[in-house]
Amino acid sequence: MASTAALEVLQSAGRRRARRREWVAVLGRAVRTPRGAIGLGIVGAVVLIAAIGPALAPYPADNFVTRPFANPSLSFPLGGDTLGRDVLSRTLDGGWQLLLMAAVATLLGVGVGAAWGVTAAYSGGRWDTVLMRAVDIVLAFPQLVFALLLVSILGPKIWLIVLAVAISHAPQVARVTRAAALDICERDYVRAAQIIGMPARKVMRREVLPNLTSVLMVELGLRLTYSILVIAGLSFLGFGLQPPTPSWGYMINENRIGLVANPWGVLAPVLLIAALTIGTNTLTDAVARASLGVGRGADDALLPGITAAGAVS
Amino acid sequence: MAEVTAPAKPAGAARTSKAHPLWNTFFRRLGFGVITLFCVSILVFAATQVLPGNAASAVLQNTATPQRLHALELQMHLNRPAVEQYWTWLTGLLTGNPGTSLVSGASVSSLVGGRVVNTAVLVLLAGVIGTLIGVALGMLAAARRDSWLDHVLSVTALAVTALPEFVVAMALVIFFAAVIWHLFPAVSVFPPGVAPWSDPTLLVLPVATLVIVIVPYTFRMMRAAMIDALESDYVEMATLKGLSRRRVLFFHALPNAIAPTIQVIGLNFLYLAGGVVVVEYVFNYPGLGQGLVNAVSDRDIPVIQFIVILLAAFYVVVNIATDMVSLAASPRRRLPRS
Repeated sequence: MASTAALEVLQSAGRRRARRREWVAVLGRAVRTPRGAIGLGIVGAVVLIAAIGPALAPYPADNFVTRPFANPSLSFPLGGDTLGRDVLSRTLDGGWQLLLMAAVATLLGVGVGAAWGVTAAYSGGRWDTVLMRAVDIVLAFPQLVFALLLVSILGPKIWLIVLAVAISHAPQVARVTRAAALDICERDYVRAAQIIGMPARKVMRREVLPNLTSVLMVELGLRLTYSILVIAGLSFLGFGLQPPTPSWGYMINENRIGLVANPWGVLAPVLLIAALTIGTNTLTDAVARASLGVGRGADDALLPGITAAGAVS
Repeated sequence: MAEVTAPAKPAGAARTSKAHPLWNTFFRRLGFGVITLFCVSILVFAATQVLPGNAASAVLQNTATPQRLHALELQMHLNRPAVEQYWTWLTGLLTGNPGTSLVSGASVSSLVGGRVVNTAVLVLLAGVIGTLIGVALGMLAAARRDSWLDHVLSVTALAVTALPEFVVAMALVIFFAAVIWHLFPAVSVFPPGVAPWSDPTLLVLPVATLVIVIVPYTFRMMRAAMIDALESDYVEMATLKGLSRRRVLFFHALPNAIAPTIQVIGLNFLYLAGGVVVVEYVFNYPGLGQGLVNAVSDRDIPVIQFIVILLAAFYVVVNIATDMVSLAASPRRRLPRS
């Protein structure tokens, strides 16, 4: 009795360790490739700027400290923005909300999508059909348009944008997860778990989900990139964080009339957003290669379907 | 008994598949498409129903007085039950009368009509040019696999895929319109009723932005499909027969790499439906996307609903068309599974 209990504890601990080891191993392999290292380096740098930037900003982001579109000078290294605020301070202060929102939206979207897809694949039959038809409806909107529809109703609220992006991710994640899970649900160990009377939720969580680790890692990376694109895009259109709060997306919009006088008001946020999305995409590509075991040859054939599958949105 | 009925089965199957199996698939997909659009219309309509307060107070915001609120409620039929409102809206939509703008008072179809043409021009130009460039570059990279050219193209594609449209657009404006060279106008404003092709310089930067965003994806798919085809037995056979490299590439490998690429072309057009929103806004191009952004700023609900439905319909149609064309292009998947 005691020994079986101990055995179970040991087994579950071992399983947990194995699960952790898998995604750590994939990530480790990815980061050791040139692409992975470059991607991680870029993402790390941008995250660092966004995270400790607010503490380093020389001026309060909302204060009018110089002339509108002032040229760069010693006291204002990136010059002034459309209202005469310090571009450097606003740049340092304007990234952390974007990163935080994108991260939450991604986790939420991938979490819900994965649960959705696994449930559909595991249940099969009518449930599968119903769940996947629901996916088609949300997929009938471009992601940005879906977010705009929600924002037009309730106004540009932070939680609403995060939720809208998460909802528009979920169906796409569900599709990918379902496709990968269909095969796993047929495996013998899943059958075995069902036969010994394990409840469905537990089978999905303990037997099916751990086998989707690499698929979900790639999805997380992909969706993170798209979250950043959509949230920064909404912000650019003026439906994200409301002024005077600095945000990279809206900075580009408000400073583009002074592009000729002081290009840094546009250039600084453009470069940071570009670096961020290029970084996340490169890292995701490396993770996809590492988890699929491709790339050692230079065989690209498997990848585009995975790393670019969401390009639509 | 069993022996008698057994042969009847294949005969029956043959009779039903006399109508080409592609048509069956087509009608089934069309049916699903209509159902999807119906659900979308419910969703879009329901979205306006969950407003705290109601749509009228959301539109008027600070300018709401009881009289104005009441008048607007009557105009929007908000005093009727939701199902009846939905029915009025849906029948109006289907008979070409999607209501009137809450901001300008003009009919929605007259506001949106010209924009549809402008956006269609943008999407078609970008889609066609982007696809051609992507396919050509993909073939080139696959034919010279692992050369420096292939590596440069692949890495560039990986980087550019991730860029948001407005970043690409601003880069183009900085380079070609405002700061470095002054070749093209930075905004593409033209009055309603004027055809967008009357001044092609206005189209250059918006189209170029969209092309840059869709080329990398097409390139990656084409390169992968082409590498697949080039590694196949029949291409090896063709090469061993002594056919020229060009002939092998264009007549043996290319036709087999086209089917997966058709999917990508479809995805490109789907992407463009969303991509035009930001690009039109950046360049002030008077299309559907800019109309949508303006309507969202003004909370002009009938206009928002109509544009969203139009984009969703475009999505569904492109999806069906893509599936049908790629089925027609790959004979192996076209035949019934027997």
